[in-house]
Amino acid sequence: MTIASALEVVLAAVVLGLAVWTIAARDTFSAVAGFVAYGLLLALVWVRLDAVDVALTEAAISGGLGGVLLLGAAARLRTSETPTSAERPGGMLRLEAALLSAAVAAALAAAVLFLPDPAPTLAPAAAEGAAATGLGNPVTNVLMAFRAMDTLLEKIVLLLALVGVWSLAPDPFWGGRPGMRHYADPQGVLAFLARLLPPVGIVVGIYLLWVSADHPGGAFQGGTILAAMWLLVMMAGLEDAPPVSRRWLRLLLTVGPVVFLIVGLGGLWLAGAFLAYPPGYAKPLIVAIELAMILTIAVTLGLLMAGAPERSVEQ
Amino acid sequence: MSAATIFGLCAAAAIGLGLYGLITNPQPLRKILAFNLLGSGVFLIFGVVARRGAASGFGGDPVPQALVITGIVVAFSATALAVALLLRLFQATGSATLRADASPSPGTDPDAA
Repeated sequence: MTIASALEVVLAAVVLGLAVWTIAARDTFSAVAGFVAYGLLLALVWVRLDAVDVALTEAAISGGLGGVLLLGAAARLRTSETPTSAERPGGMLRLEAALLSAAVAAALAAAVLFLPDPAPTLAPAAAEGAAATGLGNPVTNVLMAFRAMDTLLEKIVLLLALVGVWSLAPDPFWGGRPGMRHYADPQGVLAFLARLLPPVGIVVGIYLLWVSADHPGGAFQGGTILAAMWLLVMMAGLEDAPPVSRRWLRLLLTVGPVVFLIVGLGGLWLAGAFLAYPPGYAKPLIVAIELAMILTIAVTLGLLMAGAPERSVEQ
Repeated sequence: MSAATIFGLCAAAAIGLGLYGLITNPQPLRKILAFNLLGSGVFLIFGVVARRGAASGFGGDPVPQALVITGIVVAFSATALAVALLLRLFQATGSATLRADASPSPGTDPDAA
């Protein structure tokens, strides 16, 4: 444990300032912009906490995809903003809410200050088990081997969320194309970037997956970048979003969890436990799961961002 | 005071702010935003606990770090679902209020057409 440097104090102060801005800003659009900046700076906090894997996820989600999702929603809801903000609760309720929030924050601050010393840790156990999988990145080991069940269920949650979004489609557009058709100037900057960036982004995405065996990265972080490239192409109007009833789309959405489940059930037979890897085959099996998973993650995230179907297949 | 403690206090404040915004802000999108702020504070406390558990040559305990990655993914999918619900509400009723007695105005719902 080191003494906090000026950098950390300033970083924490700026992050807190952006959090206040996110809550207090009058205009929703600027509140969302503040939240995106908050997410990007939070990624720096994660780097300072020596959690680079988490920092990559935080930057990709809060600063990237989440920002685009919330900014898009804020733009579409703009006309409803003035009437709804008039429903602000009275001063008494606001005071009570402030007291409750302050009490919760104070209790958590006390808990942080009086955390047990020495801190309990599972790091030695993770280091001990690392030899069994042959992977050098302890976080990937936890995600793909020691707590693989969490990761499997997380992918299923992603799919369930997508099913929830699709089920909001109006009846005439059931199984149709998600969101609105985007048009952009074919000679403009957006179309230019949408032609220039995807080759680079695809390489970076796959690289993040490949190095995650020994360095920070992973299928989720890589998949997010692939999804971002797909969204860029859709937003520039170069390629329309596919109808959600397409068979190849459904296949890509399920290939990750299906491969994961097959390997998991195979473990029951070959290694004596669900999601256990047979000795010596851990690394190739993990790479196979992650390769299937990165496709599923990229397609799921892209479609979650595109939203509920709003057009028929022909439109 | 160590860096981890500073960020831990920062996380506690973010949770308090998020809770306040969730209760007092009437706009659903602002509630979603506040709930995400609250969640990021909870994740950050996990990060502080992970950092304090640094051992065996790792910069932090990898187990809470992996749990936070899973948590961020789940929080994002819940946010995407909440935003889709809100946009559908707006499309169907022409307003984005959570008031129970709100009268539905003629919206642009393709179902009604």
